[in-house]
Amino acid sequence: MASKDNSFISLQGVAKHFGSLRAVEDVTFDIKRGEFFSLLGPSGCGKTTLLRMLAGFEVPSSGEIYIDGQPMSAVPPNARPTNMVFQSYAIFPHLTVAQNIAYGLRKKGLSKAELADTVEQALQRIRLGGYGQRLAHQLSGGQRQRVALARALVCRPKVLLLDEPLAALDKKLREEMQIELRQLQRSVGITFVFVTHDQEEALALSDRIAVMSKGRTLQVDSAARLYEAPSCREVAGFIGSMNFFDGTVTDVDGDIATVDAGSAGALRVPVNGHATRRGAKATVAVRPEKMEIAWQPPQGVTNSVAGRVTAEAYFGDRSHYHVEVSGLPHHIAVALQNSQRSLDTTEARGRRVWLTWPVESSVLLPQAGG
Amino acid sequence: MRRRSIGWLELYGLLFIALLYGPMLLLPLFSFNDSLYIAFPFKGFTVKWYEAMVQDSALLAALRNSLSVAIPVSIVSTAFGLLTAKALTRFRLPGRRAIVGLIMVPLVIPFIILGIALLTTLRKTFDVPLSLWTVAAGHILICLPFSVMVLISRLEGFDRSLEEASLDLGESAWSTFWRITFPIVLPGVVSSLLMCFTASFDEFLIAFFLSGDGATLPVFIWSQLRFPQKLPNVLALGSCILVLSFLLIAIAEKLRRGGIPTEKHSGF
Amino acid sequence: MAADAISSGAGQEPRAQRWSIVLCRRLRAWYLGSDAARGYLLLMPTLAVLFALLVVPVATLFLTSFCTQVYFKIDCSFTLANYATIFEPSGEVGYFLGIVPYPEMETPIYAVLLVRSIWMAFLVTLSVMLLAYPMAYFLAFRVTRNKIRWLILITVPFWTSYLLRAFAWKVILGYGGVINSGLISAGIIQEPLSFLLYNPTAVIITLTHAWLAFAVLPIYVSLEKIDRSLLEAASDLGDSRIERFLRITLPLSMPGVVAASLLVFIPTVGEYVTPTLVGGSSGKMLGSVIQSLFGQANNQPLGSAVSLVMMLVVTLLVCAFLKVTGSKLKAREVQDA
Repeated sequence: MASKDNSFISLQGVAKHFGSLRAVEDVTFDIKRGEFFSLLGPSGCGKTTLLRMLAGFEVPSSGEIYIDGQPMSAVPPNARPTNMVFQSYAIFPHLTVAQNIAYGLRKKGLSKAELADTVEQALQRIRLGGYGQRLAHQLSGGQRQRVALARALVCRPKVLLLDEPLAALDKKLREEMQIELRQLQRSVGITFVFVTHDQEEALALSDRIAVMSKGRTLQVDSAARLYEAPSCREVAGFIGSMNFFDGTVTDVDGDIATVDAGSAGALRVPVNGHATRRGAKATVAVRPEKMEIAWQPPQGVTNSVAGRVTAEAYFGDRSHYHVEVSGLPHHIAVALQNSQRSLDTTEARGRRVWLTWPVESSVLLPQAGG
Repeated sequence: MRRRSIGWLELYGLLFIALLYGPMLLLPLFSFNDSLYIAFPFKGFTVKWYEAMVQDSALLAALRNSLSVAIPVSIVSTAFGLLTAKALTRFRLPGRRAIVGLIMVPLVIPFIILGIALLTTLRKTFDVPLSLWTVAAGHILICLPFSVMVLISRLEGFDRSLEEASLDLGESAWSTFWRITFPIVLPGVVSSLLMCFTASFDEFLIAFFLSGDGATLPVFIWSQLRFPQKLPNVLALGSCILVLSFLLIAIAEKLRRGGIPTEKHSGF
Repeated sequence: MAADAISSGAGQEPRAQRWSIVLCRRLRAWYLGSDAARGYLLLMPTLAVLFALLVVPVATLFLTSFCTQVYFKIDCSFTLANYATIFEPSGEVGYFLGIVPYPEMETPIYAVLLVRSIWMAFLVTLSVMLLAYPMAYFLAFRVTRNKIRWLILITVPFWTSYLLRAFAWKVILGYGGVINSGLISAGIIQEPLSFLLYNPTAVIITLTHAWLAFAVLPIYVSLEKIDRSLLEAASDLGDSRIERFLRITLPLSMPGVVAASLLVFIPTVGEYVTPTLVGGSSGKMLGSVIQSLFGQANNQPLGSAVSLVMMLVVTLLVCAFLKVTGSKLKAREVQDA
């Protein structure tokens, strides 16, 4: 199987079983050359196992991984064109920072002077010039993270694998490092495969993201498409928050379907290429920030659901409301931008409201078995 | 109220140490007593038993035998122990618990049974003549559990991703072992060497069954206990052995329990 | 696997060579993917040692127990006579613990010795636990500084020559020994006390002392593992210090106590050195008999049978004990000591 032009890493039906535990099941997707690619999912979803299979620490139980056209299952980790930044950073405790960075260069046939030079340059680049003789325990978390990054990058890998490298840092440092990491990836042009359970991090950094759950990939897409056009309920719920109205398709008119959502009434929603037909079970999904609250019954609006405010929370820039709709099993979340300065402190709780949204702001999700 | 209960436990602690060490300290104490009998009152200070000890050719031969068993035994046990500990901590092995159990069995079988079982097998079944080799074989069996225990806890104590990082950076499994694993487990290795050496050097029962003509030091001591006039010599020799064992084990324990240079990260 | 499809460009190569390349790659992939293969490769030397020096000898012992000793040869036609002998009444006088001798009764000497050995090992284990527990408690809850030094101080005696420590007790308890000569020179007694040495009590004292250092550690480890906030929670819920100890500390430290008990009890049943040095005839244990059956008495098949019965009985007792304490004790608990 020859790799397609723009697929640099190719996973073909990759699975990994540990005894009876199915950590990864039948995963197939491609990663392009020079891409910042993220594996996103809750802990235990198999994303780290997948990354470790790319690095060679685990061998797939079935399927094959190709990197740059080469099958990898018979290639041990030390012979792969990949380098990894570990979650614990794995800075060798008995070696100095300089020795750590030089560790992977031993086989490259550099002279002593060249080696020292490369290490010094790398130290400068991560702004740790003069730290070469320190030991790991004399570095802060952020410094260790940069050493781990430099140690992997000096080996000039074709692919850099990052296993939640920012998870151990505090919030402020993490945000700084996100920006640095993205700039770094653009400047070196190496393919990055990044594992994270933090959806905001994944959305902010990645060209494309594979959302994983229970060992399977749910959707592989760009950040915007994952958010605005999720392929299934799990993706929609995992990335951001989402309101769901379950119902039955009563009419399909070109690009617009009408869904009878019980007590929420008839809702119109774009089909967006989903195969659907009259009578099929379907879900209409709407993001909280795409809804409007009307305090009076709206006139001439397509999608409108009546309810009662049960809780509100004020965040300064925005306010969140929970709206109870009789007949729905769960409340509807609405986020309103506080775009106008207002000191109006009228209690919204208990008030009767109408939720409205434009047809094109909602998404149709086919239901399993529907 | 609280203060008093602290006092009681502390008192017990000191008493415990006194009880533990008291009987052993009698040996060095009476080894300087100028009398053939190990009894109060003291007759005067002398080092003649130590002089007699270093001139005893049978004793020196036994010492040589003990050393020539204990040194190779400690090296072989530690080497095997290291391989075993690595296999048990770094790979998902089917039957891991059964293997650990099997390795630990010599610790919970009375040594006398190990002794006779080995004696029957080596001597009577396979007709291997008894020698220092057979003693060494028996000692490897009882040293392995100690070595494996010490090295497993050392290997478990350091982050597995260090080794993975080395492989990832292009080193082979072999050079990863020498550049990363070995330097980090070195204190455990030295600790294991010292423990196995001491265990073999001091072991009596298995050596008693498996040594042929060449007695090891404990077997030699055992044979001397029947002769009252030899007891002062045994005291002098025993004092030396106690001091040596004490030092070696104290160093081994210090190394074993000393800090592991890997810091645990908040990640896992 | 898709591996063969990759080498499709190599059409002109001899078929056999291509096959061997594929085979090599598959083997390599299997080896890399199989933890078991790599792990067992490393375990080879140890498993070989265990097989040759543990499994084979115990199996040999088992087989020998069904044989008969004929002077210096062993006749290996199957017989259960050795096992019968163990439980047969013999003409010899049986002592039980030295306290209740039955001069008139004909007792099966081996069975009686076995019971006595188990009983003595039980007493040793009990006294070791009673003495070691407070020390472990002290180490875990009271010592804050120099903990490692204390641990080393406690552990080291266990490793120093057991033979010499037993010998020290012979010297202490002996007729002309340290206690007697000390008391005489202090003018407290006129005649040496003869009841100190050569009885079961001397054996129990010596063995208790020998195991004391060893038993502290497992108990200490299980005490140290107890989350301190559990104790605070118990106090907070109204327990007094003693109630708290009985309801929280003691139950949670039981795995360590159970482990330590087994590690003391099992080897003690087969004790040889101490009973021989300080036990006299009333303090004799089964180990001495086994030794003599392999030595002077020269009856290896009977010796093997006695050893196996001892191991079997001890194993059954241990299983019963574990069942009663209800703890699924893992060898791991002991290991991290």
